[in-house]
Amino acid sequence: MSVMKRLSGIVQAKANKALDKAENPADMLDLSYEKQMENLTKVRRALADVATARKRLELQASQLQAQAQKLQDQAKQALGQGQEDLARQALARRATLAEQLESLGTQHQQVEAQQQQLETTASRLQAQVDAFRTKKETLKASYTASKAQASIGEAVSGISESMTDAGMTLDRAQDKIAQMQARAGAIDELLDTGALPDALGGGGDDIQKQLDATSKAGQVDAELAALKAQIGSGAGADPSASLPPGAAPGTNGGPSGGASGNGAPAPDGGNS
Amino acid sequence: MIVRILGEARYDVPEADLPAIEQLDAQLVDAMDRGDEAAFAGTLADLIGLVRHTGTLVAPDDLRPSSLVVPHESATLEEVRSLLAGES
Repeated sequence: MSVMKRLSGIVQAKANKALDKAENPADMLDLSYEKQMENLTKVRRALADVATARKRLELQASQLQAQAQKLQDQAKQALGQGQEDLARQALARRATLAEQLESLGTQHQQVEAQQQQLETTASRLQAQVDAFRTKKETLKASYTASKAQASIGEAVSGISESMTDAGMTLDRAQDKIAQMQARAGAIDELLDTGALPDALGGGGDDIQKQLDATSKAGQVDAELAALKAQIGSGAGADPSASLPPGAAPGTNGGPSGGASGNGAPAPDGGNS
Repeated sequence: MIVRILGEARYDVPEADLPAIEQLDAQLVDAMDRGDEAAFAGTLADLIGLVRHTGTLVAPDDLRPSSLVVPHESATLEEVRSLLAGES
């Protein structure tokens, strides 16, 4: 059987159930209006919830992004140190983060869609409630006429259908938000406890530790080399002495070499 | 005929366009029976597009109830199933 007809039946049934039956048609109009205002408030509150959920997703995405960037840098550093295995490990973790980010992106789109739908619902509902308020006063002024009573019934049922639609849209949005919040909560917990890298396979900052250890070792090597060079240059008074004999007699001749050798100390002495 | 798209609005659709809408409705039922998510999503999008295209928005002060109700845009097969399960 037709989906649209069955859904229509469901909406009508819910709308009728929500109707406040009152003896006095004027009371019925007022009661209905009160309920409409309540519903509008609910929709607006849900809109605020959606906005919060969206912001949270955006924050998480930027945190994951930062983690991914860090791993990328670590991979580069590891490769620079010639530790290809470590670089591979960092990139593998980064790939897992990228998956998480992608799924967050999908959720973000869904939240945006919910927000848009609720905004439409809120503004249409507002317009209908405003129209109803005007109509309500006109109908109340003439409700004794039997025709007006029928109009009251129709107006109240009509708006009740819209309220039912808004209620169903609200439920749907809240379900989605609850699902997202549960997921976002889990990611938050992981980020807070710093357990995310663990969950992704491997200790918290073991990559960084290995990188640090290697760069420390590298530093020690460098210092050692520097020390060796110093000691080497201590014995290297000879090489510096051995240079001039080779250079002086061979090239531009004695006069210039002799002149510069004598001339250099003279200006210094003059200045000081 | 007034057609409501849940979460969106009511549209006044000319009688002449109803057969096309009913045909998509039948395809929707078929997709649900087969549990074909992709066909369901595609048909629902087509149905919503057709109602928007052929219908004119009903003014807010027009409180006539609707005769047909279309599920929310991007509603899943499962969601619609559970909505319809609310029937008694």
